[in-house]
Amino acid sequence: MESASLSLQAHSRWKHLETVFWLFALLSPWLLAKHALIINEIVIVALFALSLDLILGYTGIVSLGHAAFFGFGAYSAALFAIHVMPDPLLGLLFGAGISLLLGALCSVLILRGSDLTRLMVTLAVALILKELSNKLSWLTGGTDGLQGVMMGPVLGKFDFDIRGITAAWYSLAVTFLLFLLIRRLVHSPFGATLTAIRDNRLRAMAIGIPVSTRIAVIYSISAAIAGAAGALLAQTSSFASPDVFAFDRSADILLILVIGGTGWLYGGIIGAIVFKLLQDVISSITPEYWTFWIGAFLIALVIVGRERFLYPWKWFAKR
Amino acid sequence: MAELLRVENLQAGYGEAVVLNGVTVSVEQGQTLALLGRNGTGKTTFMNTLAGATQYVSGSIQLGGVVLHKMPQHQRAAAGIGWVPQERNIFKSLTVHENLTAVARHGKWTTESVYQMFPRLAERKTNLGTQLSGGEQQMLAVGRALVLNPKLLLLDEPLEGLAPIIVQELLQAIRRITREEGLSAIIVEQHPQTILKISDTAAVLDRGCVVHTSTAQTLMEQPELLNKLLGVAR
Repeated sequence: MESASLSLQAHSRWKHLETVFWLFALLSPWLLAKHALIINEIVIVALFALSLDLILGYTGIVSLGHAAFFGFGAYSAALFAIHVMPDPLLGLLFGAGISLLLGALCSVLILRGSDLTRLMVTLAVALILKELSNKLSWLTGGTDGLQGVMMGPVLGKFDFDIRGITAAWYSLAVTFLLFLLIRRLVHSPFGATLTAIRDNRLRAMAIGIPVSTRIAVIYSISAAIAGAAGALLAQTSSFASPDVFAFDRSADILLILVIGGTGWLYGGIIGAIVFKLLQDVISSITPEYWTFWIGAFLIALVIVGRERFLYPWKWFAKR
Repeated sequence: MAELLRVENLQAGYGEAVVLNGVTVSVEQGQTLALLGRNGTGKTTFMNTLAGATQYVSGSIQLGGVVLHKMPQHQRAAAGIGWVPQERNIFKSLTVHENLTAVARHGKWTTESVYQMFPRLAERKTNLGTQLSGGEQQMLAVGRALVLNPKLLLLDEPLEGLAPIIVQELLQAIRRITREEGLSAIIVEQHPQTILKISDTAAVLDRGCVVHTSTAQTLMEQPELLNKLLGVAR
């Protein structure tokens, strides 16, 4: 339905604030060169959060094991660099592609059952993969992980530097391109059918939306994007360990979406910025108890509400 | 006139409970069937069964020669069933426009022709499904079924709970869709006189069986028969 697609695209024009946001983001490794490492971390986490939002926010599929795809992407890209070639872009494509295949396989597991079933199944997949990464030490390096992953220059020209500026540029460029793709996807008739599935799966089916196929497709795409985020981490840190599959990672990404909001693309990005900055600032003040303060912040956010948290003057507004 | 829908000896229900006990009914191409009956006689179950939302037991459903009863629910829409359920079920997080474009298929009915049919929807293009009145939601539900470009439109109590002025507006639209545009339809309605006026044939259900079929005109002209079949003469 080309006309329908064009019509929906017209309703989602690029806003000025978005342009400013992305201009600043793309220039940030240059403007804030001292903080390139944390920028790179934030960008990777934001991309990972975007991938989860596609299934959670847009389609209503809960997951507690999205790190499975993140980790799979990370290991795939690292192994590709070690055994095939160190080109970052090809490694990234490989990591995302392998995660896409894993996502397609796992999508069968989440088509049926309730939210609780999905939480358990997704968590189980991540735990299995984590254990496999421990056991298959001949391939993965076991608990020590894959160390010294040497990456070639990006586009054959830009070497990764110790300050992390190339890494931040690279991650930002990849995330921006994927963001554009995701944006187009969610504002297409396909994206509208995902929201319809989230709203009322039975009704969506009744009006001819192939619900199972759509869920399988978006789950695979989401897995590929999570895999790309994992690949970026492995490539920019030259390291992949079983920690990439950790439950904490899946839980953190859910928290990030709670902070930023689900079902809108900037939710994951804003959540990632707030979460990582809080983590960075608080852990520098109190390295042992930073999770306490993050927890306290989340409780406050949930009790007060995101809207009132952002606009405190509205607390006293007359109804 | 060619036969579009043929339902033979259909048995269906919910889980263990069989509600339809051998329904046989047919709809000709371009005709409208008024499906009548007291509360709880199986009218909605019949519509749900055509749409694939109940437990099929036995019998057959054919639409334009295509066997429907073994088809998954989402494929029935592609095969030509345009279902407007009693609950309307508008997608609340989508705008009016997105509700239409998300499911639109190639054919005569486009989002634009739906907006022409229901100018109120055109005015509320960017409103979310939850921001519509009951009448507007019903118009959207009908419009959403139309953009599927169905062969057969199923309207389950489309006038229920609507203000009289909206009822007139919607009736006019349904008349245009069925009479002028020639789309076949089955309409379930609690007010027989209202719906018989815009129907060609009528079938009355009782305890999951068809107990009467005739032209709509015949039933309209015989209030005593209508009274006997439905328990009221309206």
